[in-house]
Amino acid sequence: MNNISSEAFVLGMSALGAGIAMIAGLGPGIGQGIAAGQGAAAVGRNPGARGEVMPTMLLGQAVAETTGLYSFAIAIILIFANPLVKML
Amino acid sequence: MNSGVELDIGVKGYLEYHLFGQTLYITTTHICVLIVMLALTVFGICANRAIKKADPYKAPGAFVCFIEIIVGLLDGMAIDGLGKKHGPNFANYTGTLFMFILLSNISGLFGLRPPTADYGVTLALGMITFLLIHYNGFKYQKFGHITGLFKPIPILFPINLVGEIANPLSISLRLFGNVLSGTVMMAVVYTLIPKFLLIAWPGVLHIYFDVFSGAIQTYVFVMLSMVYISDAFDGEEE
Repeated sequence: MNNISSEAFVLGMSALGAGIAMIAGLGPGIGQGIAAGQGAAAVGRNPGARGEVMPTMLLGQAVAETTGLYSFAIAIILIFANPLVKML
Repeated sequence: MNSGVELDIGVKGYLEYHLFGQTLYITTTHICVLIVMLALTVFGICANRAIKKADPYKAPGAFVCFIEIIVGLLDGMAIDGLGKKHGPNFANYTGTLFMFILLSNISGLFGLRPPTADYGVTLALGMITFLLIHYNGFKYQKFGHITGLFKPIPILFPINLVGEIANPLSISLRLFGNVLSGTVMMAVVYTLIPKFLLIAWPGVLHIYFDVFSGAIQTYVFVMLSMVYISDAFDGEEE
């Protein structure tokens, strides 16, 4: 362990952190799946309302996706614009 | 990073200049935005000429039909989102926004780096929407726009304030994150897969990330802008 430089340690841990941050993709995935399932059920029950259901479903899915994108932004910052390396 | 594989997702600076003691660059994003704007301007001028020359007593040609369909769709979208009274006033803004973001998102197909994959562009679009929300809030609700922050109980004021400020951040981050994730995925695919797979496989991904995801995100950005703006009309007395 003694022959690891501190830069390499911070970079490696940042890569791990970026990977862990993307676990947040679980939540939006489940949420979007539920929304799509309910949308499909609604269209199945009332096929005439397809034009009303589709935009509502897409809008809700896009809003649900926001948390996943925040984690993606954190992962991108950790990999490409790492603020921790400059602190060393 | 000087590893074996080279991932190219970043924005490159081409021309350096100095302003107010800062070193600034003309970057890939500026050039791509200019190309997109140029394409839209040329299309606009051609459309204007074609509409002016069109003879109302004859059947319209293919190009005139195409323009009429686009204008009809964009106007209909604004009227659906904002209502019959306010819709036509905002059709210019939402239509322009829609065309600009759509062309930006699918410009990855033409070999450009999508301008919306730069946070500077999407934050600017979000700030325009933010200004429109509050301009119309003060215009239509007068002082009620501020007292609305103290509803339903005054102790919720900080939360409501944060909620208002988070609007432009969340819509701009959503567009930025989606387009950037597509760009990163395409860069990873082009860098890592073997040469013989390059013929067909990236095309499928381009259809998903550039065309499908780009169109959905354009629609979502414009719809959310309209939802936020129509919230500003709430306290209006008919």
